[in-house]
Amino acid sequence: MQFPILSVIIFTPIVAAVLILFIPAERKTEVRMTALAAATFALLLSLWAYFSYDVSAGGYQLLEKYTWLPALGISYQVGIDGMNAPLILLTGVVMFTGVLISWGIDDRPREFFAFLFILATGVFGVFVALDLFMLFFFYEIAVFPMYLLIAIWGWKETREYAAMKLTLYLFIGSVIALVGALAMYFSSGLGTFDMLALEQAGFSTRFQQIWFPFVFFGFAVLGGIFPFHNWSPDGHVAAPTAVSMFHAGVLMKLGAFAALRVGIMLMPEGAKMHMPWIILLSLVNVVYGAYIASVQNDFKYVIGFSSVSHMGLVAMGFATLTRNGMIGAGVQMFSHGVMTALFFAVVGMVYDQAHTRDIPRLSGFRKVMPLVAVAFIVGGLVSMGMPGFSGFIAEFPIFMGVWESHPWIAIVAAISIVITASYIIRIIGKVFFGTIPEEFDHHVHDVTVLDKVALVFLSGILIIVGVYPSIMVPMVESGVDKILALLGGA
Amino acid sequence: MDFIASHLLTLILFSPVLAAVILFFIPRDQDDLVRWGAFVFSFIPFVLSLALWFGFDAGQAGFQFEEKAIWYAAIGSSYHLGVDGISITMVLLTTLLTPLAVLASFSIKENVKAYMMLFFLLELGMLGVFLSLDLLLFFVFWEFGLVPMYFLINQWGSEKGEREIWGGRKIPARTYASFKFMIYTMAGSLGLLLAIQMIGVAVRTYDMTQLFLIWPGLRELPNVPLGLSISVVKSIAFWAFAIAFAIKVPVWPFHTWLPDAHTEAPTAGSMILAGVLLKLGAYGFLRLVLPLYPVEAKYFAGALGFLAVMAIIFGAFASYGQNDFKRLVAYSSVNHMGFVVLGIAAAAFASGTQDARIALNGAVLQMFNHGLSAAGMFFLVGVIYERTHTRNLDEFGGLFPLVPVYGGILMFTSMASLGLPGLNGFISEFLVVRGAWPIFTLYTALAMIGLLFTGLYILRGLKQVLQGPLNEHWVGHLTEINTREIFVIVPLMILMLWIGIWPGWILDVINKAVVMLF
Repeated sequence: MQFPILSVIIFTPIVAAVLILFIPAERKTEVRMTALAAATFALLLSLWAYFSYDVSAGGYQLLEKYTWLPALGISYQVGIDGMNAPLILLTGVVMFTGVLISWGIDDRPREFFAFLFILATGVFGVFVALDLFMLFFFYEIAVFPMYLLIAIWGWKETREYAAMKLTLYLFIGSVIALVGALAMYFSSGLGTFDMLALEQAGFSTRFQQIWFPFVFFGFAVLGGIFPFHNWSPDGHVAAPTAVSMFHAGVLMKLGAFAALRVGIMLMPEGAKMHMPWIILLSLVNVVYGAYIASVQNDFKYVIGFSSVSHMGLVAMGFATLTRNGMIGAGVQMFSHGVMTALFFAVVGMVYDQAHTRDIPRLSGFRKVMPLVAVAFIVGGLVSMGMPGFSGFIAEFPIFMGVWESHPWIAIVAAISIVITASYIIRIIGKVFFGTIPEEFDHHVHDVTVLDKVALVFLSGILIIVGVYPSIMVPMVESGVDKILALLGGA
Repeated sequence: MDFIASHLLTLILFSPVLAAVILFFIPRDQDDLVRWGAFVFSFIPFVLSLALWFGFDAGQAGFQFEEKAIWYAAIGSSYHLGVDGISITMVLLTTLLTPLAVLASFSIKENVKAYMMLFFLLELGMLGVFLSLDLLLFFVFWEFGLVPMYFLINQWGSEKGEREIWGGRKIPARTYASFKFMIYTMAGSLGLLLAIQMIGVAVRTYDMTQLFLIWPGLRELPNVPLGLSISVVKSIAFWAFAIAFAIKVPVWPFHTWLPDAHTEAPTAGSMILAGVLLKLGAYGFLRLVLPLYPVEAKYFAGALGFLAVMAIIFGAFASYGQNDFKRLVAYSSVNHMGFVVLGIAAAAFASGTQDARIALNGAVLQMFNHGLSAAGMFFLVGVIYERTHTRNLDEFGGLFPLVPVYGGILMFTSMASLGLPGLNGFISEFLVVRGAWPIFTLYTALAMIGLLFTGLYILRGLKQVLQGPLNEHWVGHLTEINTREIFVIVPLMILMLWIGIWPGWILDVINKAVVMLF
C-alpha cells in the first residue's frame, strides 16, 4: 500500500497537539521543542507532497478513500491537484515559521501551541478534502480555535470584541454555505457527499443559479470579500503574531479555495451567471482596500487592509473565469499567503520591541534590526507587484484575465498598484529609516536567530517564485485546466 | 569557452548579481575591501561586453547572441535575450560607466556594502532592459531598476535641504525626491503595464521578434472596451507606451521629477541616472514604439517632435536660470535628451528615407554621447561639492588659479556637452539636426535656437565657477582633483575626443542596425 502522506500531514498537528497537552505546563522548553519538531515534520511532508505531484499526469493524485458513514454517503476522501498542492505547501511553511516566531510566548505556551495545531489540522483538512462533508467538518475545526487564540492571547484592547466579531461572521458564513451544500446533496439524488461525483451530477442551470450565491458568499466571507470583509482587519490586529500569520496567510485562502472548489467547480453555470457582478465587488476590495490601508496609522491595520486588497485580486482572478485569471489567482493565494505571513511577523517583531504600532511614533528601526527591515522591504516589493518577486507573477496573469473579460475593470484596478506602492514606501521610510527616537534607543534590540530564520525562509520563497515561476505555475495550470473543463462542459 | 560564447549575454546580465552576492559575504567593517572588491568585480561585465562588441558582426541582419529559455510559459513569456547595433552600444555604455561610478563612490562613508550591492542590482536592471527580447522581461527589468535607485537617493542622497509638502510639513529633500521619482515612474508605467497586458491577451505571446511581425498588422482585437475601433485602441496604447518612456527620457512636460532626483542623488547615482537611466526611455522608443506602432508613430510624430523642441528650449532656459550647479547640469539633460527625441520623432514621420536614417543615427549616437558627457559633468559637480559642501554658483568664482587641473577638465567636459566641433556632442547633434531639417524644418529651426542657449548656460556655469574675481574664501581650502578622481574622468574624456575626431567605429555599428531596422 502507498504511504498515506496526506492523512499523515493532516493528523500530524493534532497528534502533536495532544502530545503537547501531556507535557507538564511548566516545562515550556519541551513544549516548544515538540511543537517545532511537529511543524518541521509537517513542512517536510508538505514539501514531499508538493514535489511528488506529477504535473504531466494532472488530475487528483495521492488519493486516499475510506468509507466513514456509508448510510449517509459520507467518506473520508482526500487528494491533491494543481490548485491545492501549493496551498498545502503554504500551510506547512506558515506553520513552521509561525512556531519559530512564537518561541517567545510565555503565557501558557502549551495551550497556545495545542490550539494552533488543531487549527492547522483543520486547514490541511479543508485543502485536501474531496468530500463535501469532510470539508465542512475540517472547516469548523479551523474556525473554532481561532476564537480562543484571539480571545486569550490577543491584544488586550480589542481581543474580546474582535474574536466575537470574527467568529460570528465566519459561523454565519459557513451556515449559509452549508445550506447550499445540503441543497446540492439532496437535489443531486446521488446520496453522496463525494465531490468528484457531485461534479458530474448535472444540476439544472436554474438550480445552480439560485444556490451558487449561498455557497460562494458563505465561504467568500472568510476570503474577505467586500462587503463582508470588515471582520478581517479587526481580527488580524487583535490576534497574536503567529495567529495573524495563520489567519491572513492561510485562513483567508481557505475561504477563497472553498468558494472555488464548492462554488465554482460544483456549480459552474451559477458561476457564469453571477461572476459579472461579483467581479465588481472584488474591484471594490482591491481599490478601496488599498485606499483604506493607505490612511491607517496603526501598522497592523495597514497590513490587515492590504490583505483585503490582495485577496480581492484572488476573487477577481476567479471571477474572470478565464484561464489566465485563474492561474494568477492560484499563484496569488500562495504568494499572498507567504507575503502576509512575512508582514505580520515583521509587525509582531517591531511591536514586541517598541510596544506600539503607531506609525508616526516609529522610526529608524533599520539600525537595530536590519534583517527585519530587509524582510519588510522584500514583502513590500511583493505587495506592490514589483517584477522579480512572486506578487508580479501572480498579479500579471490576473490582470490579463481581467483584460480578456472586463477591460475597464483592469484599468480601474490598476490604480491600486500605485496606491499600494505609496503606502508601502511611506512605511518603509517612516518605520525603518530615519533616526531612532530617544524613547526606543537602547530599549530596542535585534530579533532572535529563530526569528531571522523565519524571515529569511519566507523572503526566500517569495524571491524564488518571482525569479523562477516555473516552479509553481505549471502545477496551477494543470489545476485550472480541470476547472475550465468543468466550466466548458457544464 | 563554448559555454561563455553561447551564454555571453546571460553572463553579462547576471555577473553584477554575482558580484552583489560576493560583496554580501564580506564583513561589514571591511569598507576598503568592499570598495576594491566592487571596483574589481565591476570590470567583469565590462570585459565581457568588450568581448561582445568585438564578436558582434555589424553587417549581419537581426539579433545576435540570442538566447532563449522557458521562463513563464503559461502567459507566453520566455527568457529571450539578444543584441543588435542599437542595444550593444547601450550595453557598452552601461558596463563602461559602472566601474567609473563605483570608483567615484569611494568617498561614500556610510554603509558602503549595501551601497555597492544596490549599485550592482541597478546595473542588472539596466542591462536587462537593453538585452531583453521579450516584452514582459523588458518590463520586469524596467520596473526592477527603480528599486535600487530609490534607495540610493533615499539613503545616500545629499543630507542638506528640506522640502515643504502639502500640509506645511517639512521633509528631507532626498526623501521627497526619491518618493517623487518612484511614484512618478511607477504611475507612468501603469499605462505601459496595461497596454502590455492588452497586447499579450490579443497576440498570446510576448516574444518581441514575433510581436514586431504580428502586432502592427493586427486589425482585430478580442473584447475591445466600449466598442472602440481598433485604430483608437492602438492610438491609446501608443500613448501609453510613449508616456511611460517620455517620463523616463524625460520629455517636457513630464520632466519635473528629474531635477529633484538628480540634485539629491549621490554623485555616482547622478552619473548613472543621467548616463544610463534616461537612455532607457529613449531606448524604449527605439526598440518598442517605432517597430510596434509604425502607423501611430508617424501620425503622432508631429506632437512628439513638438514636445521634444519644447524640452530643448525650456531645458536650456531652465538650465540658464539655475543657481545650483547640480540643477544646472540636471536641466541640461532635459535639453540634450530633447535632441534624441527630436531625431526619433523625425525618423518616425519619414521612416525609410535617408533623412530619417541620418536623424536616427544621430539620436542613438546622442544617447551614447550624452551618457559620457552627463556622467562626466555630474561627476565634476560632485568633485567640487565634496570639497566645498555647496553647489551654489554665487559662492564660487575665479577658482581656475586654485584648481588648474580640475578647471581644465571641467572646461573640456563642458565643451563636449556644449557641442564643440571636434568633440563628441557636435557629431551627434549635427546628425540629428541634419536629418530632421528636411522633415521638421520649423521644429529644427527652433531647436537651433535652443542650441544657442545651450552654449549660453554652459558658458555661464563655467564663468560662475572658474572665471571672474576669486572668492577669497576658498584660498587654502580648495584642494586639487586627486588621482582617483582623474582616473574616473580620463576614460570619459578619451572617448569624447575619440568619437569627436573619428566617430566611424561606433557610427558604423549603429548605422547598419538603423538601416536594417527602419
